[in-house]
Formats: sequence, C-alpha cells, structure tokens
Amino acid sequence: MKNQMNLEFLSVSQNESFARVTVAAFVSQLDPTMEELTEIKTVVSEAVTNAIIHGYHEKQDGKIFISCTIDDGGMELIIQDHGLGIKDIEEAREPLFTSKPELERSGMGFTIMENFMDKVDVISSPDQGTTVRLTKHLSKNKAYCN
Amino acid sequence: MSLTVDFARKKDVLLVRLVGELDHHEAENLKKEWQAILNMHNVQNVILNLQGLSFMDSSGLGVILGRYKEINAIGGEMVICSISPEVKRLFDLSGMFKIMKLVDNEEFALEMLGVAS
Repeated sequence: MKNQMNLEFLSVSQNESFARVTVAAFVSQLDPTMEELTEIKTVVSEAVTNAIIHGYHEKQDGKIFISCTIDDGGMELIIQDHGLGIKDIEEAREPLFTSKPELERSGMGFTIMENFMDKVDVISSPDQGTTVRLTKHLSKNKAYCN
Repeated sequence: MSLTVDFARKKDVLLVRLVGELDHHEAENLKKEWQAILNMHNVQNVILNLQGLSFMDSSGLGVILGRYKEINAIGGEMVICSISPEVKRLFDLSGMFKIMKLVDNEEFALEMLGVAS
C-alpha cells in the first residue's frame, strides 16, 4: 500500500530532531529494523542540517520541506530548501569536503547519506535552493521486490 | 530527547560523558562548554564515554574532531569508550579510530591513561 506525508517547517536547529523523529514515526508503518530506523533518522538529520547551515546560513526564517512516500518496497524521501544552493555538487559530495571548516563541520554528511540509503540524488542551483532525493529498500520487503 | 553532558576530572584526564542525542543543534552548546572546561583546567587527555548516547550524526563527529585537535596540539590523547554499534559506524566511516583509541569501558580508558584508582 502506498502512503505519503509532507512536512514544512522553519530552518531552526531545534527542528533537526523534530524532523528525524517525525519521519521515523511515519516510516515505522513498514516495520523497519532498528538499524534501518537509525539510518533513516541519521540521513534526515544530515539533510536538514545541510539546509539550515549551508542553504540558509543559519538564518531562522527559511522554509524546509520534507516529503516521504512509502510503499511495499521501501521509501522515498525528498528534502528541499529554497536557500543558496550548491555551486559544485560533485565537490560537495566528496568525503570530508566542507565549505565551512571554521564551524567544525566534518564534511561527512553526503557520505553518510550515500552509505545509509540506496540512492542519493542532489538537484541544486545557486540561489534556487537544493533538493535531495533519497531512496531506500527496506529489508523486510526486499525479498518480494525481485 | 536533548543532550546531557557530564564533565569530571581525574588528575590530568577530563572525563566527558554524553547522554541523549548529539546533532547540530546540541553540538554548538557542547563545543562551548567543552572548550570552557579545557581552558579552565590543566587537562592533557580526554576520555569520551558514549554509553548513554542514543543518536549522533556528522555534526557530532565535527565537534569531537575539533576537541581532538585541541588536545592533540598539546600532546594529549583522546580515548573513546562504551560506544554503541550505531554510533561506532559513523566513527568507522570517517576513519576516527585512526587517530583516537577505542576501549570497551571507562575503567579500561582510565587504566590506559595511567589514572586508574
């Protein structure tokens, strides 16, 4: 069965935990393993943090949108901001790359997303914002996919 | 769930115990508190006890790496202990254990740094 939910919230750092807990609660309908739930919470946290720090430069009046679709096979997660955008997506996705070393960023956000999800697509253009699309099969359902 | 931090000192070792969730929001406060303690006391080494840490993301890696660099600059060591498999996965992904030591629990960490009671 297909199901979907949409969230919209301000770029306030308190919302990082709100977003990951909310998405995890929604995805729980698919009865994921604890490991899968941790992976999903972590990637939501990474993408929302990127939107707040890089998209909106920690200004608290930006809007962040999350759309989560689940079906029998797994999930699709779209996390979007209307912020500054990414100039060089390839560079941003490299492990340990960060545009903000002074803020003690580890540069591991996209690497974690790529490791924890099956597919990561990034669409971004300067001053238009960034959309990250993450998809994942869930183990319980994997057997029925093929 | 937010983050609770407990600092304790044993000779030249600072014990940092994290309980709760460490993300970007919590990382900024943690950095300030941790730096203030390091500046206030004459500490050479740090033990980071992660037993109560139920969630962490890359912002947590950033703040831990930042304190490691400060301790390393004065010739000190950082020892991580009581880490959960979930949090360990992030440390492994970013190669943190190439520069920090990992032990099973606080007792072993204190022993390793020569301040066991």
